[in-house]
Amino acid sequence: MKVRLRFAKQGKVRFTSHRDVARVWERALRRAELPVAYTQGFTPRPRLHFGLALPTGAESLAEYLDVDLDLGDDAADGFDPATLPDRLTSCLPGGITVVAAAIVDTGVMSLQQAVTSCTWHLEVGGTTGSQLAAVAARALAADEIVITRERKSKQVTDDLRPYLLALSVVGESPDGALLEAEVGTQPRSVRPSELLAALDPVLTERRVTRIHQWMTLDGVRCEPLSPGGPVASSSAHAEVRAS
Amino acid sequence: MSTVWPELEPLLGRVQKPARYIGCEDGARIPEHGPGRVSWLLLYPDTYEVGLPNQGLQILYELLNERPDAAAERSYAPWTDLEELLREHGVPLFSLETHRPAGEFDVLAFNLSAELVYTNLLNCVDLAGVPVRSADRGDHHPLVMAGGHCTYNPEPIADFVDAVVLGDGEEVVGEINDVLVAAKSEGAPRAEVLDRLTGVDGVYVPARYEATYEAGRLVATAPVAASVPDVVEKRTVADLADWPYPSTQLVPLTEVVHDRLNVEVFRGCTRGCRFCQAGMITRPVRERPADQVRTMVQEGLRRTGYDEVALTSLSTADFSGIESVVADTVNDPTSCGQVSVSLPSLRVDAFTVGIAAEVQKARRTGLTFAPEAGTWRMRQIINKLIREEDLYAAVESAYSQGWRRMKLYFLIGLPSETDEDTLGIAELARNCVAIGRRHHKAPSVTVSVGGFVPKAFTPFQWFGQNTVDELLRKVHLLRDALRHERGVQLKWHDPRASLIEGLMSRGDRRLGPVIESVWRAGGTFQEWSEHFDDQRWLEAMASHGLSVDEYVHRHRTEDETLPWDHLSAGLHKDFLWQDWRDALAEVGLEDCRWTPCYDCGACTGYGIEHIVASATPPAGGSQGTGQDLARGAEVPVVLSARPPSVGVG
Repeated sequence: MKVRLRFAKQGKVRFTSHRDVARVWERALRRAELPVAYTQGFTPRPRLHFGLALPTGAESLAEYLDVDLDLGDDAADGFDPATLPDRLTSCLPGGITVVAAAIVDTGVMSLQQAVTSCTWHLEVGGTTGSQLAAVAARALAADEIVITRERKSKQVTDDLRPYLLALSVVGESPDGALLEAEVGTQPRSVRPSELLAALDPVLTERRVTRIHQWMTLDGVRCEPLSPGGPVASSSAHAEVRAS
Repeated sequence: MSTVWPELEPLLGRVQKPARYIGCEDGARIPEHGPGRVSWLLLYPDTYEVGLPNQGLQILYELLNERPDAAAERSYAPWTDLEELLREHGVPLFSLETHRPAGEFDVLAFNLSAELVYTNLLNCVDLAGVPVRSADRGDHHPLVMAGGHCTYNPEPIADFVDAVVLGDGEEVVGEINDVLVAAKSEGAPRAEVLDRLTGVDGVYVPARYEATYEAGRLVATAPVAASVPDVVEKRTVADLADWPYPSTQLVPLTEVVHDRLNVEVFRGCTRGCRFCQAGMITRPVRERPADQVRTMVQEGLRRTGYDEVALTSLSTADFSGIESVVADTVNDPTSCGQVSVSLPSLRVDAFTVGIAAEVQKARRTGLTFAPEAGTWRMRQIINKLIREEDLYAAVESAYSQGWRRMKLYFLIGLPSETDEDTLGIAELARNCVAIGRRHHKAPSVTVSVGGFVPKAFTPFQWFGQNTVDELLRKVHLLRDALRHERGVQLKWHDPRASLIEGLMSRGDRRLGPVIESVWRAGGTFQEWSEHFDDQRWLEAMASHGLSVDEYVHRHRTEDETLPWDHLSAGLHKDFLWQDWRDALAEVGLEDCRWTPCYDCGACTGYGIEHIVASATPPAGGSQGTGQDLARGAEVPVVLSARPPSVGVG
């Protein structure tokens, strides 16, 4: 049985890395005494499947994790995923909160493949709301936004414009503004810091929060685990039951 | 309560591994500070990853926070990137729990496990906004204290610490807290507090002693007042069963060394390896009851979610009933998922491999043994009495049961070592690979050699350490001998780091200015090869007119005053001298757990005894001591009934 979990990562724990969080989860699942399935072979590992890595230092309201459970048939019948959020949150460090859980089809497409875009909130310093709005409008009007970034210790040039799905100013503070950006993740994701640097190098990144991850089902954007979202009952790659 | 978190938070986005600085571990306590409580900042002066697992620090952390009159938080040395930002933005060193400035604590208590961290101690004190020299501190500054194995010769750091604790900390930390609570409520001045601390057993206040030199050599370190003890004795807890700590081991959010549950199964070791300071200074052997070990393992695994537990001690295979404890842990039906047991410090014999087979059912990757020397002659000298047969039986047993990689630890630069002894290491490695070939196509043996550094309170404390050139020559001998040996990899520890470690381990107070000079020149994180720089140390020695040779390479004499003569690890000095003579005569000494007492002083001096659950040596022998193993069951434990006597003869 495969269970999909949605969790938030907020506060001091945002300074842990993606790998750190993976280890935290392994311990939490053992503490919760959930019968996690293990890989076969020389070095058995718990079968956990994480979504897109969150940059160290960023917060998130929308992290996802798929867990393979090794439940007997009887246990599987009585298994209620609605109990998981509280049970798991109590085993996780403060700041990591499980907000939803649901059983998904064991053949579901992996989160890494299925997620097509993310929505971010970026607190930006060194600007005002109107200045930032102008920057955003200019970016959306551009044909291409070329950046150079390091990948596998090589400098590569990428055009960010196709990744930029939405960009708007949604708030203002005395010394900055809040930018909401929806950014594509396929074939590879764009880091919020790369986006900000490409928009205008004078902008300074403050707190960054991932507020949504999105999949596309039959051309419709939906959350990987949203009770109110579309449920494709026959679709092999995304059978999501309401939690 | 003040906190630097608002200033620190924006800096954390700019440093490597910011999770080092956030705390939030499971098991962390958020203590309440107040006028009726002594506030302790427990510091490990190396990175978070190295310091967090330290069990001593975690034990004191729990004991202090259980008291109504104490509050303890933790801190570790910030890496150089954060240090630079802290200095640039005027942010002081802080605690991890509440990010309270270090300078606001009543005590900065350092755990010193390695000599090369001394410059980090100075750096942490400085980052706390506290003068690095004890003499420059005022009534409003925290007390700077230190404990841990290095404090058996604290003389090189005598200028920087206000008080040093010798031995087990469980009891004495409370006694120190009692003194400090009273002093705090009375508003006693600093000098008065230091005087009172000299009255606590196991506490050494360097400023209350004066070192005297004649003709450039130390002749005495004596108290400056009649109320101050001539000799400070170490503290020893009589029974580990009374101290089931840490009870809630810290579980870090980021990866650390030894990232697993650790349960101490016994303290002390009487194997009597003459190079081993830990074995000498932690005597006698005090085993934890096996049932308490089982409970600590079960509860610890359930609480932490770890899937690995280490049963720690100086030689875990010697624990009475080790087989049943290991089997119960591995086969515990209540544990969730697979649990592995790691056994650091394994003995070299087939019995040990049998236990290893029990714990590593699935993953037989590598096994590590420490024969320490290449020839039987040399192993008699160091009293690590492993016969070749024991090693080969262990290796045979391991290869035949599926292991493919062996790691063998050796020391070079041991007393009276000849090139034949050094080359014996290559010979052993070669034979181990040959045994492996009988079982696998490509067996691998890694030979890891370190330069021997003599330590205080060991029989080798009089021995002149090999020079860097001599150690390098021996490394090259081995390298040449093993050059065409397929299946053997040779690794060695930097002999220049061993030199500086040796300088600190047997140094006296005149090294204080040297440490300060190296620190002022930027020499922090000297345990880290990317930051270690021996030239800084050698230049500082020269600029203060001191001779490295005098401190490190010279053999010392029986009548010479040693810098730690006014301190005691319980061992009689004449016992150590006799053991040094025995070493040079190539005479081995059996383990006193199962043979008559040699009166080393560790038991008798304190009126305590070995606590060993089994009166017979462990099955499979005692590291091939030559004891008749078939007869082992007939040898009763004999404990000396001599009256307590003064520790230093």
